[in-house]
Amino acid sequence: MKLTEAEVRHVAELANLGLRDDEIHKMQQDLDGILAHIDKLNEIDTTGVEPMAQVLFDSGEINLRADEERETLGTATAVANAPLTSAGYFKVPKVIER
Amino acid sequence: MSDSQNGSARGPLVEHSIQSIREGLIAKEFTAAELAEQALAFAEAENPKTNAYLTLSPQRAQAAAREVDRKIAAGADPGALAGVPIAIKDVILTRGVRTTCGSRMLEHYMPPYDATAVERIERAGGIIIGKTNCDEFAMGSSNENSAFGPVRNPVALDRVPGGSSGGSAAAVAQGTALLALGSDTGGSVRQPASFCGVTGVTPTYGRVSRYGLTAFASSLDHIGPFARSVRDAAILLRAIAGRDPCDATSAFAPVPEYPAALTGDIRGIKIGLPTEYFAQLPGETGDLIHRAVDVLKSLGCEVREVSLPHTEYAIATYYIIATAEASSNLARYDGVRYTTRANAETLSGMYRETRGAGFGAECKRRIMLGTYVLSAGYYDAYYLKAQQVRSLISRDFAHAFAEVDAIAAPVSPFPAFKIGEKVDDPVAMYLSDIFTITGDLAGIPCMSVPCGKTAGGLPVGLQILTRHFDETTMFRVAHAYEIAS
Repeated sequence: MKLTEAEVRHVAELANLGLRDDEIHKMQQDLDGILAHIDKLNEIDTTGVEPMAQVLFDSGEINLRADEERETLGTATAVANAPLTSAGYFKVPKVIER
Repeated sequence: MSDSQNGSARGPLVEHSIQSIREGLIAKEFTAAELAEQALAFAEAENPKTNAYLTLSPQRAQAAAREVDRKIAAGADPGALAGVPIAIKDVILTRGVRTTCGSRMLEHYMPPYDATAVERIERAGGIIIGKTNCDEFAMGSSNENSAFGPVRNPVALDRVPGGSSGGSAAAVAQGTALLALGSDTGGSVRQPASFCGVTGVTPTYGRVSRYGLTAFASSLDHIGPFARSVRDAAILLRAIAGRDPCDATSAFAPVPEYPAALTGDIRGIKIGLPTEYFAQLPGETGDLIHRAVDVLKSLGCEVREVSLPHTEYAIATYYIIATAEASSNLARYDGVRYTTRANAETLSGMYRETRGAGFGAECKRRIMLGTYVLSAGYYDAYYLKAQQVRSLISRDFAHAFAEVDAIAAPVSPFPAFKIGEKVDDPVAMYLSDIFTITGDLAGIPCMSVPCGKTAGGLPVGLQILTRHFDETTMFRVAHAYEIAS
């Protein structure tokens, strides 16, 4: 196994993803299979190769829009899909304990 | 097994084209409102068989249709897509029409705005009739990862329609919509198009605004059209393409009049066949692709072999880059803003429980893989390495396009498979996207055009790929092939 169970639990922690024990075990196997395939990349020498982060084109134009005032969604619309709101704010469980 | 025995019924739009609808409207043979009504009624009646739609939008469709009818009555130009019933993949936002992304997480999400592509469709007189089923957050190759059940292929109901835009391909194939929008991050338009026997286009990266397309992997995501003909796909792309101030990565490049270039004459066009693709092409699919290449030769194309030597690394590259970007993009579904929340005592507990309950297995797998490859100590070994190999894959295409004008290739190594056949082996499922993922990594335009059926009646697609922003040549080749075959 390329990944230990503890590592899988750690990554789930980082991703804020609640996984059941059976999901952790399945995930360990699945990730193992995928990482074994991904190891193929080590066959290639990429020394000095520029990383490609985006498909960028030289447009010759400046991509910034004018800094002008525009209509916005408005608070009521912006929070309309939230599961819990109060006075136009998103409401979440208590973060800071006394 | 023929279509009529095993497939779904064929809808009211199968004999139509954008042009024939326009002519029918102007000649007053039917109104846009009547056509929309017919398409909606058929979509509703057919849906239990295919599960292609997650939501129908009759009110929005009728309002848009009345507007088209009003323009025609007034003698005004009703637009390039006048009265055409169009389905939209459910990862593309539609104001006031539920948009789920195929996920429990967004089961009740009502977008507050329209995607730019949707806005442009309606501005051109298109009629949006509903939202199509897809793999959850567009992650999948079979449409079996939808939280709302798989889509069945209208050609053979026991088979997958492909994915992730399976519902859009199925809607066009069954004729409930004449056109559809899908999204393609790693083959998600071309592969379902080939499985369902329709045309599917992935334009150049940045050609169509991503504003309002739910982000999966931002450097790879494209919106692309489905149609029943190359000409109709070209007209739809023409309508939605072009710079949009709301998407900084959308291109300034002018959008040509694609349909005007479709003359059927492709003599002298140089076509490359990638050695690496044809080396691993089995059975009937291989025969059909070779036959299609013979048609291109008979139309006067110069055909030669080209090499794309880094092809075998494309899947590994893709599953690092796409999952890394996805793990970041999907972080926003945390129970705070988007409809679904699991209750917990603490904020971090609420995040974890919401995400654990709201995402399906494939999304979780990709979030985990993406988080892992970006985590401390692994960034260089995985993410940076993959970005470097992406450069090499992109360079392969640049070298090939120094010699040829277009590349002809298969879309998928095999036709539509049976529902359930590949669900237990994620790596095998990923590997089947080998011929389509390379185009997304390079950001070049590519499309699938039907090139016949297997003895069992399953459609196969021919892929045409061209240089950045040269959709014109891609459409010319595909169209000439389509009318000759």
